[in-house]
Amino acid sequence: MRVGVVTFPGSLDDRDALRAVRVAGGDAVSLWHAERKLRHVDAVILPGGFSYGDYLRCGAIARFAPVMEAIVDAAKDGLPVLGICNGFQVLCEAHLLPGALIRNDRRKFVCRDQVLRMHNASTPWTSSYRDGQEIVIPIKNGEGGYVADERTLDELEAEGRIVVRYAGDNPNGSYRDIAGICNEAGNVVGLMPHPEHAVEALTGPGSDGLGFFQAVLGAAA
Amino acid sequence: MVVDVVLKPEILDPQGQAIVGALGRLGIDGVRDVRQGKHFELDVDDAVDDATLDRLADTLLANPVIENFSIRRG
Repeated sequence: MRVGVVTFPGSLDDRDALRAVRVAGGDAVSLWHAERKLRHVDAVILPGGFSYGDYLRCGAIARFAPVMEAIVDAAKDGLPVLGICNGFQVLCEAHLLPGALIRNDRRKFVCRDQVLRMHNASTPWTSSYRDGQEIVIPIKNGEGGYVADERTLDELEAEGRIVVRYAGDNPNGSYRDIAGICNEAGNVVGLMPHPEHAVEALTGPGSDGLGFFQAVLGAAA
Repeated sequence: MVVDVVLKPEILDPQGQAIVGALGRLGIDGVRDVRQGKHFELDVDDAVDDATLDRLADTLLANPVIENFSIRRG
């Protein structure tokens, strides 16, 4: 089971994402932004960081990277894709997910352990959790406020496409406390918090994030 | 050619709000709201038609989910 992790210029969390895949028992494969090749991976992770320096808008330039053309095509054919933080922003800019991420309403970069509530445990990335489960994983972003028009928000809600919500204090002003969403088919998931930073007790608040990486191994097996 | 991009009215603009707050501390009253945007100056061949300019603004310079843009030629 091969899980690819894309490195863009300015990606920060690609190493942690690769490591999380290995900790979960998968075969971690580095993908390079300038190549169209997906190297026969069974799933792809777009990691956190500041691709292209966040120039123009977060994720706006990364969307046009050669590797993204291949990922957009493969995602439409059902390839599981997970966007974490900057990766979520890239997925929105690439129109694989609706809405956009804007500057936090409190105007501060937020870095803390965050309680999330699972709302859709049926995606290939979340099937190792159960609906309603609360998990703690780190969040660290300056532009993590999820916004979309009312109709889109109603659709996401009605179709069960809100995957995780912030429990308790909303850290960034995201509409309807949205921390993560998925596409209509469920194979493309984006979230602002960082499950790859919570795969081992030694380096994270716990191992609550490991389930994302274990789930996809089961889903694609 | 100039392209101006601003957040849609319904989208919260925390940077604009920070500027309003700073104006108050500067001792200037009466500024009710500030919306911060982006200003692009492009050097474009005459051969590039309006539809193409619209496309470049709509697909790259602005994100139409959250932003409006205006184009001025010349």
